[in-house]
Amino acid sequence: MAINKVVESAEQAISGIDDGATLMVSGFGPPGQPEAVLEAVLAKGVTDLTIINNNAGAGGVAISRLFAAKRVRKVVCSFPKAIGSTIFDELYLAGEIELELVPQGTLAERIRAAGAGITGFFTPTGYGTELAEGKEVRVIDGVPSVFERPLFADFALVRGHRGDRYGNLVFRKTGRNFGPIMAAAAEVTIAEVGGVLPQLDPEVIATPGIYVDRVVVGADTGADTLPATGTEA
Amino acid sequence: MGWTRNQIAARVAQDIPDGAYVNLGIGMPTLVADHVPPGKEFVLHTENGMLGMGPAALDGEIDVDLINAGKIYVTENPGASYFHHADSFAMIRGRHLSHCVIGAYQVAQNGDLANWRTTSPTTIPGVGGAMDLAVGAQHVFVAMELFTRSGECKLVKACTYPLTATQCVERVYTDLGVFEPGPDGVAVVELHASATLDDLRHRSGLDLIDALPKS
Repeated sequence: MAINKVVESAEQAISGIDDGATLMVSGFGPPGQPEAVLEAVLAKGVTDLTIINNNAGAGGVAISRLFAAKRVRKVVCSFPKAIGSTIFDELYLAGEIELELVPQGTLAERIRAAGAGITGFFTPTGYGTELAEGKEVRVIDGVPSVFERPLFADFALVRGHRGDRYGNLVFRKTGRNFGPIMAAAAEVTIAEVGGVLPQLDPEVIATPGIYVDRVVVGADTGADTLPATGTEA
Repeated sequence: MGWTRNQIAARVAQDIPDGAYVNLGIGMPTLVADHVPPGKEFVLHTENGMLGMGPAALDGEIDVDLINAGKIYVTENPGASYFHHADSFAMIRGRHLSHCVIGAYQVAQNGDLANWRTTSPTTIPGVGGAMDLAVGAQHVFVAMELFTRSGECKLVKACTYPLTATQCVERVYTDLGVFEPGPDGVAVVELHASATLDDLRHRSGLDLIDALPKS
């Protein structure tokens, strides 16, 4: 049977996301936020979620609403402070949300490690700071380094620019951010895209379809930046 | 009165060589991009996944998929490239960036940096890429005002705010002078005309080392 990972609706795309799930959500500021998929998660009413996302609900309308609706038990992020949003601040100061703060590069590398089968790594980032407290430290070739573990999720909700029925993805500008690494680090990866094409140029695919389980079409943010992106239907 | 924020930024830009790959932090460091000396070209890195970042986007130029780490809409310079977050921070930790210019709450005389949180119980901690940049860039430059609004010196014997990284700051560019922290203490390499070494020693409580050019 012909492979076809494209599903009809965001509601179908999020099938299996239940209370207590751990979700990776791509996005850094507005670019790369899977808005339609997040709206579906919000509408489904699931709660007690753990969210792994750089900005803890800032930068996108839908993810902010997920936090405001108190559906999130814990967040793993590098920078929860947001310009123009106080939702996280209020929940955190009221003790209603758990925060695991991770340096941004360590967050990215922990996610990458999870997808790459790396069971841990040493990094100089964070050495001598409170974010390394309780972690194993080794001096390797003279460089004090902190041991970090991989970071997995049940579901990755990522946002691509274009996809195809194989789940191959291309990204657009700074919308790429966490998409490719999160896609590889979850049990199930749901990719929202601005459009599905019959075929993408194999040379420009940033996330090969092996990492992607479901593709769903959301809003389109911009024109193709490269004529080589793919073939229009 | 000391140097202005733009003058500090221009002074930093003088010390960055032609062809450098540079990451600029939010605030005063961002101004460095406006003062690239004639004949030099810098490639700006923004940690959300871009090299070759151009100036802030004007109204007609805004692309909703193109922002910088400060979440400001920016533009693309010729030669730009995009990459994912793990690559972006591999570039940083892998010591491929020649310079980062960042702000600070405090810099200790040994080069320890505190720039990610204060000790206030009501502030939300957020670290972003500060710790990665501080350990990864080949040259870590701080641009800041030397004193807080309440008159406390931000160059200190030991940081009282939580550390970002240890012994990482190479140079500190301020309104009143340019300083080099190190194992033997802080060397003063330039002073604004309104400042004297003795006055700064008194106000900072530091044994500042005279490394000023001799006339």
